[in-house]
Amino acid sequence: MEPSLTTSIGKIQLDRPAMLASGILGISLDVFNRLYRSGAGAVVSKSLSNEPWEGYPNPTIFSVNGGGWINAVGLSNPGAPNFAKMIESNHDVPIIVSLVGSVPDDFKMMIEEFTNCNVTAFELNLSCPHVAKVGLEVGDDPELVKKIVTTVKNSTNIPTIAKVGLGTTNYLNTVKTAIDSGIDAITAINTVRAMAIDVETQRPILSNKFGGLSGTPIKPIALRCVYEISSKYDIPVIGCGGISTWEDAIEFFLAGASAIQIGSAIGDNWINVFNDINKGILQYMKQKNYSTVNEMVGLAKKF
Amino acid sequence: MRWWDLQRNSNHTTIVTIEKVIDETPTVRTLVFSDSVMSNVLPGQFAMVWIPGINELPMSVMISQESGKAAFTVRKHGVSSTGLFNIVSGEKIGIRGPYGNAFDIKSGKLLLVGGGTGLVPMMRLLTFLKPTDDVTVLIGAKSKNEVFFESLANDLLKNNIHNVIISTDDGSYGENGFVTDVVEKLVNKSHFDAVYTCGPEKMMYKTVQSAHSRGIFVQASLERMMKCGVGICGSCCVGEDLACKDGTIFDGDHLSKNKEFGYSHRNKAGILEDY
Repeated sequence: MEPSLTTSIGKIQLDRPAMLASGILGISLDVFNRLYRSGAGAVVSKSLSNEPWEGYPNPTIFSVNGGGWINAVGLSNPGAPNFAKMIESNHDVPIIVSLVGSVPDDFKMMIEEFTNCNVTAFELNLSCPHVAKVGLEVGDDPELVKKIVTTVKNSTNIPTIAKVGLGTTNYLNTVKTAIDSGIDAITAINTVRAMAIDVETQRPILSNKFGGLSGTPIKPIALRCVYEISSKYDIPVIGCGGISTWEDAIEFFLAGASAIQIGSAIGDNWINVFNDINKGILQYMKQKNYSTVNEMVGLAKKF
Repeated sequence: MRWWDLQRNSNHTTIVTIEKVIDETPTVRTLVFSDSVMSNVLPGQFAMVWIPGINELPMSVMISQESGKAAFTVRKHGVSSTGLFNIVSGEKIGIRGPYGNAFDIKSGKLLLVGGGTGLVPMMRLLTFLKPTDDVTVLIGAKSKNEVFFESLANDLLKNNIHNVIISTDDGSYGENGFVTDVVEKLVNKSHFDAVYTCGPEKMMYKTVQSAHSRGIFVQASLERMMKCGVGICGSCCVGEDLACKDGTIFDGDHLSKNKEFGYSHRNKAGILEDY
């Protein structure tokens, strides 16, 4: 039987397992269509807030010697209402809408904006490491996570994913709180708080000083987190962090991820990366005789 | 080229010292620095320029007449460009790149249309043309005191059949009226093998229309808000294209199908705004 790239992340069904990670390229429906045509199984929007945010001044990105990026774009986004209007006409692309906020009502209000939109899932950003009062600061507060996830689950029947990262508390507590509050899946991990200093001018390079490290340097950490979460809890996991090749993708499936997200690799290999990864996964499946992606999920845990 | 330039990662910021500042007009300056990588970039390529403590801007790489050197030509406009404009000799800036594609170099009878600092890639393009090319450079400006690079263009073309035409909106110098009206006149009057343009978007839009509707090969270099320059942040999208990765140079044929070109651009939050 010809292998199929379709995958299910709980109730979420995708034709292809590699999706665009949040924060990357996610502001134009035309670009979403192009990414979908280029092999992405879904696109995750930039994290949207209630109001438009301009983000930080440049420099907002830094290329790390040896691989990886540190970014502090600052969650620039057109705001949930503008974004919802833009994707109203979308019928083709599976769009996962990423949301960022400080209190449960922020999320509730934003979800209402998407009533007339075709949304595959919501992804709650509980882990951005470089903006105050949102992201990791929320993810590190279990009481707040509980309130937000409960509110979101009461506001919509659309599957909801929590994106977690490495903050100042044990991220597994955030995962557990989200699961106990009814979350449908977990994306792990977000970028890792980091910085860069220029030795010539002796200044921090990013305008925000701190940013989030992404790309190949964090891949082994992300892989460990996916393995830990899927070993400890019965919850679908989406792997994210430094995935740039089909081998990386397979590694994440074997660790317990049902799907993966691609971000930094686009900066290195441009959007052909989706088709390259899809082709590699298919070849691997043929060679190993798998007919679905889900057959591979978590296989490394039997050892 | 120095050995470390050969293995330089274009995404890493390199610190360079400004060696010379040239006043082009009261609001436009050219900052010259030594860097063998930037001195050799293709016409139309850009760098991300870090003005420490202020911002980082995408800038088309200007030529220098001295070998091993390159430059940036900046008009003071907002806080960031004014920050770059105010850099003096001896001060340091950071550069990464080069990024973006380059103009396809055609030969024969060529028309280059530039407005403001959009002339920068046009000047670099001139250095790539053959002595047998018949070159017309059209420089558009609001008024006489904003005209620059006229003598540079004449100098770069001294071995070619050439014509440098100035057009000012207020008629204070050269032709009187909009540069796009001059483009229309030129392409009506004689045959061109290729048209290249960089400058204000409305100017490029009309120039592309004038050439494309007559079947003339035309390319424009687009400017958009940029944050990363490497195709990650998405700030510079124009329809389904990313100015930083797919461009900044696009063919007229492609642009004529893009519904944002000539009409709208995105602000820092990513919201579409009309020109």
